[in-house]
Amino acid sequence: MKIGTALRDLHASEGDLARALRRLAAEHPEEHEVFHVARDLAGWSEEHVRGVAEAARAYGEELGATAGEAPDQLSPAPASADGLELVRDLRRVAMRAYGVSTEWVMVAQAAQAVRDQDLLALCDRCHPGTLRQVRWANATIKVLSPQTLTS
Amino acid sequence: MASIDRVAEPWGTRTPYGPGEPWPARTDTYLADDLRPEDVDRWVPSATVLHSNGDALDIAVKDGRMVGVRGRAGDRVNRGRLGPKDLFGWQANASPDRLTRPLVRRDGRLVETTWDDAMGRVVARTRELLDEQGPSALGFYTSGQLFLEEYYTLALVAHAGLRTNHVDGNTRLCTATAAEALKESFGCDGQPGSYTDVDHADAIALFGHNVAETQTVLWTRMLDRLAGPRPPAILCVDPRETPVARAATVHLAPRPGTNLALMNGLLHEVLARGWVDHEYVEAHTVGVAELESRVAAYPPDVVARICDVPEHDLRAAAELVGTAERLLSTVLQGFYQSHQATAAAVQVNNLHLVRGMLGRPGAGVLQMNGQPTAENTRECGADGDLAGFRNWSNDAHVSDLARVWNVEPDDIPHYAPPTHLMQMMRYAEQGSLRMLWVQATNPAVSLPELARVRSVLAQDRLFLVVQDIFLSETAELADVVLPAAAWGEKTGTFTNADRTVHLSERAMDPPGEARPDLDIFLDLARRLDLRDKDGGPLVPWTDAEGAFEAWKECSRGRLCDYSGLTYARLREGGVQWPCTADAPDGTERLYADGAFWAAPDTCESYGRDLVTGAPLEPTEYRAMNPDGKAVIKAAEYLPPHEEPDAEHPLHLVTGRTLYHFHTRTKTGRVPQLRDAAPDVWVELHPDDAEAHGLAEGDVAALTTPRGGIEARVRVGTIRRGVAFVPFHYGSWDTGPGPDGATGRAANELTPTDWDPASKQPLFKAGAVALRKVRDGDGAAPAPTTTASAPVTAGVPPTVGGPAARSDERLPEGTGGPDAATTGGPA
Repeated sequence: MKIGTALRDLHASEGDLARALRRLAAEHPEEHEVFHVARDLAGWSEEHVRGVAEAARAYGEELGATAGEAPDQLSPAPASADGLELVRDLRRVAMRAYGVSTEWVMVAQAAQAVRDQDLLALCDRCHPGTLRQVRWANATIKVLSPQTLTS
Repeated sequence: MASIDRVAEPWGTRTPYGPGEPWPARTDTYLADDLRPEDVDRWVPSATVLHSNGDALDIAVKDGRMVGVRGRAGDRVNRGRLGPKDLFGWQANASPDRLTRPLVRRDGRLVETTWDDAMGRVVARTRELLDEQGPSALGFYTSGQLFLEEYYTLALVAHAGLRTNHVDGNTRLCTATAAEALKESFGCDGQPGSYTDVDHADAIALFGHNVAETQTVLWTRMLDRLAGPRPPAILCVDPRETPVARAATVHLAPRPGTNLALMNGLLHEVLARGWVDHEYVEAHTVGVAELESRVAAYPPDVVARICDVPEHDLRAAAELVGTAERLLSTVLQGFYQSHQATAAAVQVNNLHLVRGMLGRPGAGVLQMNGQPTAENTRECGADGDLAGFRNWSNDAHVSDLARVWNVEPDDIPHYAPPTHLMQMMRYAEQGSLRMLWVQATNPAVSLPELARVRSVLAQDRLFLVVQDIFLSETAELADVVLPAAAWGEKTGTFTNADRTVHLSERAMDPPGEARPDLDIFLDLARRLDLRDKDGGPLVPWTDAEGAFEAWKECSRGRLCDYSGLTYARLREGGVQWPCTADAPDGTERLYADGAFWAAPDTCESYGRDLVTGAPLEPTEYRAMNPDGKAVIKAAEYLPPHEEPDAEHPLHLVTGRTLYHFHTRTKTGRVPQLRDAAPDVWVELHPDDAEAHGLAEGDVAALTTPRGGIEARVRVGTIRRGVAFVPFHYGSWDTGPGPDGATGRAANELTPTDWDPASKQPLFKAGAVALRKVRDGDGAAPAPTTTASAPVTAGVPPTVGGPAARSDERLPEGTGGPDAATTGGPA
């Protein structure tokens, strides 16, 4: 049984994603929509972290209920004014969110196999939020890339 | 004929009527210089422009100039009535400070020049930027006040001629959420209801819609129902005690920023009490399960806490809308300019879908507009959308538009959603948008966070073109200023908030060298030598009627179908689109048969995530709604992004007053209107005033992290903990301060934040600090007739005096103003 391990990984990944979103907002306060939405979406991941920590107890894992506050280095360089750094940072968030999504798939599949209805309900509650985070990051990249790359 | 002071009595005399009866006519007339109707040389048909109601009127012309206006009694919209802004606002056209010659910036100053020089500079800079960078360098920011023909021409020139995706209108500030909410729920923009629903409704719910001040004639219609037999029940959702709130059966004044929680609570109660038309929901909608699961978390006690409204009132409100047999709902800026705007407005649509209250007399939704021609900005694509409610994300729609325009599909940018204004401002701030062409709007006063807006617009590297009728605060920053003709000085059509199209004909010549906006766009197309794919002129028409005929073809077969209309037909009076060969008299209500414009192949939009704003992919939409039913969507409430704290203890809400429009470029130049509300004020609850040592008329300083203003205090009936500031006041008539700040514009205070789905900026958001500056020397310069009514005794009432006396012709047997009551119910 490796569900506990998978939950520990998911817990870490959701925490990383929450910090990545907060960092994205902090580095691009002048990108107002990104700033606000990224912080709203970070709240979702922080909630997911709490939910995973709770569910993991049944699998012998003691995990923290918060995402932790250490800033997650997204950009190697300070944000540039030309918008390219923003698109790069969004790409990193998108990749991270996509990774979290695949981890939810793994956990949800295992939950079904062991008929853990509580864990399955958690997946049903949280995974759609992760997919919305992925779509948001992709959609924002889609909007910003033409301007950023052609100017 | 009776004479009445229409500044003191903004809604005029009551003509009561009962449910199902036609609204009686009442003809309002104002003529200057003591002229009588028989002195007038010509009456030129038009409609009102200082709000979105589209009240039909005739412009009185004598000796080649405008001398007054008279409502058209036969028109379906107003039955002859006019509001104060309509009766007096036309006088602004004759202001001596109209722009009459083009201006260009030379050695840092704006100086007069020729059209040839001004347009030559614009065209040269356009070409340079296209060569250097391409279309992404060019942006257009238009209005909600031009005519249909002008928007359609602009959309063609910008989208297919210059191939830029950066086109938006100031409708973004007023009506973007209406459009988005309609797209989300019904697949397409387009007003479902009709003003005639007021005649039939047994309940009217107004969500963030102070109709008494924003559309005075529509409120007059409601007042006449309230004064007649079997009046409708009224629900008012507004943090201020507006005239609507005073007339309401139930008034909810939620904490600012919590509209979505309130709506989730109302829907929770409607579902829980079983006030649902299950047959309608089953036959005509998808998504009700999502609504049920979302609102489950919003029982009345929870919502009462979030919104700080009495639980009892919340239940009463739910019962009012839940048990009505003919429910009319209207929505405006209280929802559209607030946190989670689209999600809250969509909940109003959901209310009507679950109750099956659509498309029959009295059962309708009016997602309102603020401006006279906002509907045309949207349908023509001058707000960036593709013309004729076509879907940018549907290749077949792009190809169809390319066919209409005789261009290649990839001439029309459609790689992403159109760039909304706030994003354009960001691109300009970054330096990648290098030319911005502003028409008939004043972003230097009307956008949030003015210090930032000024810093963007004043950049040397931004080539700013401003096309307007006055030298606005924005025009002062321009590189080129183009003088435009005003309403009454040009011909064109426009469409009001209930889809009624009116023709507005030229009554007199524009002053000096000022030109119709249409002529300016046609001149641009000619100078740029824009061509279609066969080498013909891209814009083949040369006048307004030609543009209208072209638009009819573009709209043919779409929801906003104008193909059955002609200028000749419109001279007889307003007609509601869709108007086709099959429906030659127009269409009163959309979706009468529960058939929506939402099929994957026909819909204007696949919708967006209401919280993140991410557009749905075509495949997602097709899977969700294969049969094109109405879509019931729901979202979770999120706390607002800036809440009051110890340092900034009050919520900030900005808005309009009855007597002014936008940044007062017209109404501030009209004595009757200017004097009714001559300067900025801040409205406070008596407890908040007292806590800050402030009394009626005292001068207060308001500050937020964005900036500060000073305003006189009106102690009023607003919700405790909220400060209201009208947004009309800039610096064109007072002069800017040394730092360029206006010192009194509400938007010095507002935050830069917008709804991710509609991209509408939030003007009812943020927290503000308040401090007394000095004692006052009299009452605040705020009207007493409106939501701004004082609680302090002895404040002189707002009157217009002899200059504001207008004529009312009442129906036979009404008995005149002595016999009838005026104003609202007590």
